[in-house]
Amino acid sequence: MSDSPAIANGAAVAEHHEHPPYQRHHFESVEQQADTTNFAMWLFLLTEIMFFGGLFTAYLILRNWYYPAFVEASHQLNIFWGTANTAVLISSSFTMAMGVWSAEMRKKGTLVLCLVLTFILGLVFLGIKTIEYKEKIEKHHVPGFHYSLQSFTNPASDPEIYKEYHDQPMALDMARHTELYFFLYFAMTGMHALHMIIGIAILGFMIFRARAGAYTTGHVTFVENFGLYWHFVDIIWIFLFPLLYLISRHQ
Amino acid sequence: MSEQKQNAAHPEAAHGEHEHHITPPGVYIVIFLSLLVFTALTVGASYIEMGIFNPVVALAIGVIKATLVVLFFMGVKYSTKLTKLTVFAGLFTFTAPYCGLPSRTSAAHNSKKQGGPWWR
Amino acid sequence: MSSTIVSLPDQSTARIPKTNFITKENGLLSWLLTGDHKRIAVLYLISITFFFFIGGSLAGLIRLELLTPQSDLMATDTYNKVFTMHGVVMIFLFLVPSVPATLGNFLIPIMIGAKDLALPKINLLSWYLYVVGGILVIYTMVSGGVDTGWTFTTPLSTHYVNTNVMSTGLAVFIAGFSSIFTGLNFIVTIHKMRCPGMTWFRLPLFVWAHYAASILMVLGTPVLAIAIVLVALERTVGIGVFDPAKGGDPLLFQHLFWFYSHPAVYIMILPGFGVISETISTFSRKRVFGYTAVAFSSVAIAVFGFFVWAHHMFIMGISNYAVLVFSLLTMLVAVPSAIKIFNWTFTLYKGSITFETPMLYTFGFMGLFTIGGLTGVFLGASGTDIHLTETYFIVAHFHFVMVGGMLMAFLAGIHFWWPKITGRMYPEKISQLAAVVTFIGFNLTFFPQFILGTLGMPRRYAAYPPEFQVLNVFSTAGATILGVGYLLPILYLTWSLKYGAIAGSNPWQATGLEWQIQSPPLTENFIETPIMDHEAYDYEWLDRQKAKEVTSVG
Repeated sequence: MSDSPAIANGAAVAEHHEHPPYQRHHFESVEQQADTTNFAMWLFLLTEIMFFGGLFTAYLILRNWYYPAFVEASHQLNIFWGTANTAVLISSSFTMAMGVWSAEMRKKGTLVLCLVLTFILGLVFLGIKTIEYKEKIEKHHVPGFHYSLQSFTNPASDPEIYKEYHDQPMALDMARHTELYFFLYFAMTGMHALHMIIGIAILGFMIFRARAGAYTTGHVTFVENFGLYWHFVDIIWIFLFPLLYLISRHQ
Repeated sequence: MSEQKQNAAHPEAAHGEHEHHITPPGVYIVIFLSLLVFTALTVGASYIEMGIFNPVVALAIGVIKATLVVLFFMGVKYSTKLTKLTVFAGLFTFTAPYCGLPSRTSAAHNSKKQGGPWWR
Repeated sequence: MSSTIVSLPDQSTARIPKTNFITKENGLLSWLLTGDHKRIAVLYLISITFFFFIGGSLAGLIRLELLTPQSDLMATDTYNKVFTMHGVVMIFLFLVPSVPATLGNFLIPIMIGAKDLALPKINLLSWYLYVVGGILVIYTMVSGGVDTGWTFTTPLSTHYVNTNVMSTGLAVFIAGFSSIFTGLNFIVTIHKMRCPGMTWFRLPLFVWAHYAASILMVLGTPVLAIAIVLVALERTVGIGVFDPAKGGDPLLFQHLFWFYSHPAVYIMILPGFGVISETISTFSRKRVFGYTAVAFSSVAIAVFGFFVWAHHMFIMGISNYAVLVFSLLTMLVAVPSAIKIFNWTFTLYKGSITFETPMLYTFGFMGLFTIGGLTGVFLGASGTDIHLTETYFIVAHFHFVMVGGMLMAFLAGIHFWWPKITGRMYPEKISQLAAVVTFIGFNLTFFPQFILGTLGMPRRYAAYPPEFQVLNVFSTAGATILGVGYLLPILYLTWSLKYGAIAGSNPWQATGLEWQIQSPPLTENFIETPIMDHEAYDYEWLDRQKAKEVTSVG
């Protein structure tokens, strides 16, 4: 039961090498740990892409089949709020990227500021979403909950939207398909919002730790990897926005 | 100056196959502003009648914006080969079924309604 | 030439090493909160064995009912619930995690020369997610079951049944994330944690197989997750995505479901392929023939596996064009699997073959998987499939590959690495008996089902025409023998924990880093980081090691 000579005699790794407190024992170096966790986060984002993908597929198929319904239903979304939300999220991506830079440059104050700004922008996004959802609920455009076809069979009953788009009244069967559009709207933005909420919660934890100086002593991986997650959530919205809000605003 | 600070703190890391690139804030600002411009563009484009090109333009702008975020905010431009390969693998696995399938399915559905050929 | 390669240390002086991963810490919490991949592997082993016996009991109930043509043992509704739970438990709680979560977790870090997986906490989380999924499945069974079939076909599952679709869906969703995190962990570990000198082409083929399976786990399982979410929304809220009355399409569910579930079968079998590569090499004392071909064929199976899902949907209303394309692609995906079988056979040629238990299971695998795989090719031809689909031919096909193939590979692996995990050998004679009993029982159970399928007996039916009874009785008789064959290992492996011979670090005289360390291993696996300086399956290197080995003092 002797150990094989193939096992190194302490050549590469000294027995009592110093390693920073944040290096886990199964890693040989800080670099390996950073590389590994970064790769792991990218793989996780891959799983998220495949998860969201199913909804995108459903969207592409149903939009192709029921285009008129999707156009008219999308007019119910407020383009001002949608554009504002897009700008908010892009800004939060910017502040997050600046946060990562601050951590790398070991500027604690700037890091905390950037994280707080990202946090606030995230909350603003959710606030605007709440306004939008509230409107949908009031107009009975939530699938499965007393869904109302009135805005589509009789567009004139919705004066604000009718003023802008002059939609034609839809036949009943095509009007029914607007419910599918709203299912996609709630499912996709809802799933996105869920990911935002999780992200904001983690941001809160990070602000707390950043103030204690945890990320400005050379160990930036947590901030970096969270940044990847946050940018990914931004990218999902970059596609949701045109797909849901901008189907056709010229008709 | 930042390189020296980095190397001073991590003497073992300095030799690595991959130098850790730190993007300067100026680049982030440029990308941020570009993203806002593209957002305005895509909103504007939706008000213009372009027939079949409306969705094409919207998706193209979306892809450009996403590419900017991936390359610069997420740092893929300066990342290792493995990261780039992973991003590519994800994109491929995402587009192949998720775009191939809807195109086939919708073609079949639309064609059936008009009594189309057997292969649709 | 001896008839066995087993080389045990002198039993009168041999001892289990005092410090090992089992004795390192004591107490329940040290196991429940561990980060040690070996302990997590053992936790998984216990839980999947538990669920295997639940799934097996359900199978027993199915076979009991099918002894007679009428639905007399249980109501047809109950029968539907029994086969659904059998499928759900066996697929999601046994087959998918079996080799990866037990043997993969235990061995991959050791095989690549690392101290642990890349993400130990995520590994533990995987196990907890699995347990939660399992508890939800038990809850489902206890509270009335679900009867849609494990495939949750819409609109049955969304509109027409009032059974526990939601809790089963949730269970599968959670167990799916367990699988995703395991796969993610493996990919990251294999890329980033290999020891110096361990290049990709020096890795054991076991690692390649798990790498390929992990790609499928990571990219495929999320699609199942979203399919389940949509079913849940359709069922509770009535969104209409699968409802033709609202403009939706039930076929969309099928596409999303099978986009995962076909790769899922490769998730289940690829780790088994990895085990077979190891055992075939060890028990022929020869390097695996065509290492590169076997390694690349694992990845090829993973890639091609993503392109064939609609061969489960030939009769569901997809266009003839789609049927043509998927049928052709299905023929293509059989090729890498065949390459492996050929390579393993060539490994045997001119090897020094011995017939210890892992090798018996390996031979069983080779024969039964070949039959199962070939019948898969028959089914890939759409013309044949139209007649054979939804009959017992399909049932026989997948049981041949999954039970005759995967389960045999799992048992081969458990026996092969049992001495490494526990430090003790299992009793050889009774285990060889169990392997033979399993093989006989399996054939008697499932071969008649091929015939029943071609004669037209439909699957998922509690009652059948009386002319099919004889073959069904054979099948049930075989199932009883098979049950004995599976019960025996539980008994003697448990016995061996206390009374088995001390195994030493390399009872099989095998190559591979896991055989160069003590049995059971230390928590940190290696005392010092190994440096890999030889190719995989290098038996000459092993001989040189033995020549240098000190076996006695003074």
